[in-house]
Amino acid sequence: MLERLTELEDKALAELEQAAGQADLKAWKVKYLGRSAELATITAGLRDLSKEERPAVGRRANEVKNALEKAYEAHFESLRAETLDRSLREERLDVTLPGRSVSHGRVHPANQTLRQIYAIWAEMGFQIYLSREVESDEYNFTLLNMPEYHPARDMWDTFHTTEPGVLLRTHTSPGQIHVMRERAPEPIRVILPGMCYRYEQITARSEIQFNQVEGLAVGRHITFADLKGTLNAFARRMFGQEVRTRFRAAHFPFTEPSAEMDIECFICGGEGCQVCKRTGWLEILGCGMVHPIVLHNGGYDPQVFSGFAFGMGTERITMLKYGIEDIRYFWGNDLRFLEQF
Amino acid sequence: MKVPISWLKDFVDIDLPIEELVHRMTLAGLEVEQVRYVGLPLPEGKFEGHTSGHRQVETNITGLAWDPDKIVVGEVLEVMPHPNADRLVLCRLDDGQKEHIVLTGAPNLFPYKGEGPLDKPLKVAYAREGACIYDGHKPGLELMTLKRTKIRGVESNSMACSEKELGISDDHEGIIILDDDAPVGMPLVDYMGDAVFDIAITPNIARNANILGIAREVAALTGAELKEPSYDIAMDGPPIKGRVMLEIRNPDLNPRFVLGLIEGVKVAPSPYWIQRRLRLAGMRPINNIVDATNYAMLEIGEPLHAFDYDVLVKRAGGRPLTIFTRLAEPGERLTTLDEVDRVLDEFTVLVADKAGALSIAGVMGGAESEVNENTTNMLLEGAAWNFINIRRTIAAQKLSSDAAYRFERGVHPAMAERGVRRGLALVARLAGGIIAEGLVDEYPLPPVDPTIEITPNDVERLLGIRLEAEEMADILRRLAFVVEVDGQTLRATTPDHRLDIGQGVVGLADLVEEIARVYGFDRIPETQIADTIPPQYGNPLLEHEERVRDLLVGLGLQEVVTYRMTSPEREARILPPQAPPDDRPYIRLANPIASDRVVMRHSLLASVLEIVERNSRVRERISIFEIGPVYLVGENGGLPEEPLRLVIALSGPRAIPSWQGSDVEPMDFYDLKGLVDALFAGLQLRAVRHEPVEHPTFHPRKCARILLGEQQLGVLGEVHPKVVERYDLPGAPLVAADLDMAAILAIIPESHTVQSVPAFPPVLEDLAVVVDEDVPAGAVENVLWLAGEPLLVGVRLFDLYRGEQVGRGKKSLAYSLVYQASDRTLTDNEVVKIRAKVIKRLESELGAKLRD
Repeated sequence: MLERLTELEDKALAELEQAAGQADLKAWKVKYLGRSAELATITAGLRDLSKEERPAVGRRANEVKNALEKAYEAHFESLRAETLDRSLREERLDVTLPGRSVSHGRVHPANQTLRQIYAIWAEMGFQIYLSREVESDEYNFTLLNMPEYHPARDMWDTFHTTEPGVLLRTHTSPGQIHVMRERAPEPIRVILPGMCYRYEQITARSEIQFNQVEGLAVGRHITFADLKGTLNAFARRMFGQEVRTRFRAAHFPFTEPSAEMDIECFICGGEGCQVCKRTGWLEILGCGMVHPIVLHNGGYDPQVFSGFAFGMGTERITMLKYGIEDIRYFWGNDLRFLEQF
Repeated sequence: MKVPISWLKDFVDIDLPIEELVHRMTLAGLEVEQVRYVGLPLPEGKFEGHTSGHRQVETNITGLAWDPDKIVVGEVLEVMPHPNADRLVLCRLDDGQKEHIVLTGAPNLFPYKGEGPLDKPLKVAYAREGACIYDGHKPGLELMTLKRTKIRGVESNSMACSEKELGISDDHEGIIILDDDAPVGMPLVDYMGDAVFDIAITPNIARNANILGIAREVAALTGAELKEPSYDIAMDGPPIKGRVMLEIRNPDLNPRFVLGLIEGVKVAPSPYWIQRRLRLAGMRPINNIVDATNYAMLEIGEPLHAFDYDVLVKRAGGRPLTIFTRLAEPGERLTTLDEVDRVLDEFTVLVADKAGALSIAGVMGGAESEVNENTTNMLLEGAAWNFINIRRTIAAQKLSSDAAYRFERGVHPAMAERGVRRGLALVARLAGGIIAEGLVDEYPLPPVDPTIEITPNDVERLLGIRLEAEEMADILRRLAFVVEVDGQTLRATTPDHRLDIGQGVVGLADLVEEIARVYGFDRIPETQIADTIPPQYGNPLLEHEERVRDLLVGLGLQEVVTYRMTSPEREARILPPQAPPDDRPYIRLANPIASDRVVMRHSLLASVLEIVERNSRVRERISIFEIGPVYLVGENGGLPEEPLRLVIALSGPRAIPSWQGSDVEPMDFYDLKGLVDALFAGLQLRAVRHEPVEHPTFHPRKCARILLGEQQLGVLGEVHPKVVERYDLPGAPLVAADLDMAAILAIIPESHTVQSVPAFPPVLEDLAVVVDEDVPAGAVENVLWLAGEPLLVGVRLFDLYRGEQVGRGKKSLAYSLVYQASDRTLTDNEVVKIRAKVIKRLESELGAKLRD
């Protein structure tokens, strides 16, 4: 029996040497280490052996099993290493073949800009306040210091509705009155984003609907110097730390003093180009100290409170930033445009 | 407002370079939109802005510089016929250095042809060889350089120029004939070189819609002295009093009315300098008396109206002449200067005599009493009108004029008298005549010129800068305020040429603005808000909306943003032709911009489908969404609800065909449902369910509504084939969801709790059941969950089979189930029990059979 075990061991080891692949190896394992292999049969038959024979055969059977298992492991490892080696040597991909396409979602560029603006203002403590688009004449004009027939109303080309006194807001400024009436006499720091409407021909430069972001700060000690500091901080975040700005006197009925903030044309660096109409400056936003009548209409005593407000058209900013030449692309929603963002 | 700098210099000395002046004016609110150089040298490239020391262009610059060596004042000594051409003449011309023969076709020289040496030589603008001027014969502005040439056998190397050739105006009818005082040989640029500012006049600076107003601003900004024109005039004629009566019926609409009379005028063309200034300012010269009134208006801002006095006397029929200002009578008509017969509104104010209306007050005169070339006696009106009423009038009559432009923005009544005096003086200067003694002046309603108290504290409170009281007073005085300083308090009285300063706290803000812009916004420092931080409310609904946007983008959808104006016809396309129409009222535009954008939309789906249609021409696969409002009018009209909707639309293959073999089957209902479910899962709204529903836009058997509890959150489905037909689409199935975003935003939980990750192994097993075809899969799943709780934690349908093996009218549903306890490893026995319970309930509730 011991000779048989030695024979078996030799035969098995010799056969293992010949095993060339995973399949051979698997078959070998079944043949020599499997449940019905000869070794297993011998081990199972131990109890039939005599008391004298049993320990020696058992020990020897165990030795053979361990030896075979060890040899198997070693051979398995070397085979694996060889396979891996071959695969590293021989397999290759054409890395220039296209990758599997993924459906890639994107936020509309108009909303991307809005989000960027929200984030900057949020860090400066300005929260977002939304108000309606179809507005009353009263909120859009009268309460903003533009009574009926006021010449300043000409500054906005208004879409009126067939309902008397109901119009499409021409700016987000009506939200100033809404938020003030809701919050007075608390101090306020909000931005008021949203779609506005102007009665204009749709051209590469002008649209009938556009997003505006208005801002409003009201408190007991808000100054024009604060307005400058705050808007310059915004401009540096939005257009780069190096951007130069200027404030020039302007007119809006709901602010006084009123100003336009220009930034140095980042396309030509102030040298004058088509985009800045050869002035070197880009008009970015209108701003000013909240007019006392507007503060009063919002429920704040203008002798005690002061505030500043500003408003900017955000598609224009997006256009400048990305060199978009036609504002109609925004609401045209051609995927060939949208997929570039 | 076009302002020639030569005219401006009548009232204020300007030492600054033009570019520097433009910079200061622009920063102070007089936005110079363009500078057109008319002779004066253009700045070279860029120049200094005074705040920065940084080289910077400031405004749109255009125009033509006149070379002082090549373009000079010349004089035509004789006009001779051209030997070979009837339509040309030869001029003997002295340019101060020598005589030349100059060829021209200018018709205004023809009357002198063949007269021999002229008694009074004609002064002209002479361009020598090599001069660079505009080509008068070409449309637009095309530069050319004068070269030696021969025209019809006569040599020509120089010319006498037209206004067009020198860039003064587009007039090329004849050559410029200068006034007699022009010094021969002087460079033309020194004689009349100019630059014209085009200044944007915003409503608050309407007082500056005139040369004097701009000059006053320039004086305030530069510290130069303002040279006010004199309003003292020689009145040597018989008194006007007794000859003309005046009656104002509505002082609130006509606070002042002034009349002056000048007799014996001689109508003729104005001198060239008047014509040139009018043209540069954008007005057309007519004759000396009309030009004089226009000139006075441009100069000081008071529109004037000239009547032919003799016509009025004749209309009075021998009785004394009485001028009324009154409201129009019902149905009253007037033929205005533009020869339109107008029916007047009951709010229109008229200037009239006893015979009827003479003019629409402040807007336009009547044809009959207009001055003309035969006028010898002229009655000149200067008045003040209620600006709101002027605006109503011009809106109703769809009529405007240079006068109305000013009156609708408000002209101070004090200007009425100044205007008449300045106008009379100019008429007398240009057209001769004698001014009647005195004026007829009715002034029933003088305005109050506000006096405002202001202190350095007020300025500091609003501007954040500390100025001395005297510095504030100095700025205000430069703007013609009368200021008393009492310690720290200023009492500033508004000058009587402006109406934009309010009373009390408004007036205070007005003065702060004046101080700020003259002081210079650029000199105000930058500070950060030191004031209390307000209560922080956030905007949870918008935050939720942005989360939805992020989730959908993460799911591979492209966001779109569409027009919110549409038409009922466009929106009707989302319904099959036979479906009952949408009869809810719309927000309808009174002044739509286009016939297909006349209402505010009811349906976001309609907007998005238009975008699908548009992109289907360029894209095979479309997966888009939009979040946006619709506009729903309430029962009682008024302001609409603007609820947010969310629309998702899918069309085309699941994936674009690729070299690896992609799933290019068309996207269907289940693609959409998967996206919608992922969205709701992402929003932690896991209890939503889908129920079949019929909706006119969708296939009647391929549409579901989404419910959370009993609340409907929207519908999704395959768009009805008859709806698809109404769009220009390539025929691929189109699936869409139209969700009530407002409702969804309101129920998104602010937070949710998280389950512990199980510490014990789950038990996985498969279960296949056969049910009748009309048992919805959802019902099977529902029973699985109910019967399997609490140990059943996962249910996934992995196979749906219909066919011979299960029999007709049946289907087999195969589920992969996960059992899991949080506190132990499940035993085989426990799993067997649950399985038995699940199978039993499926059998009893749905008639299901276990499939072997």
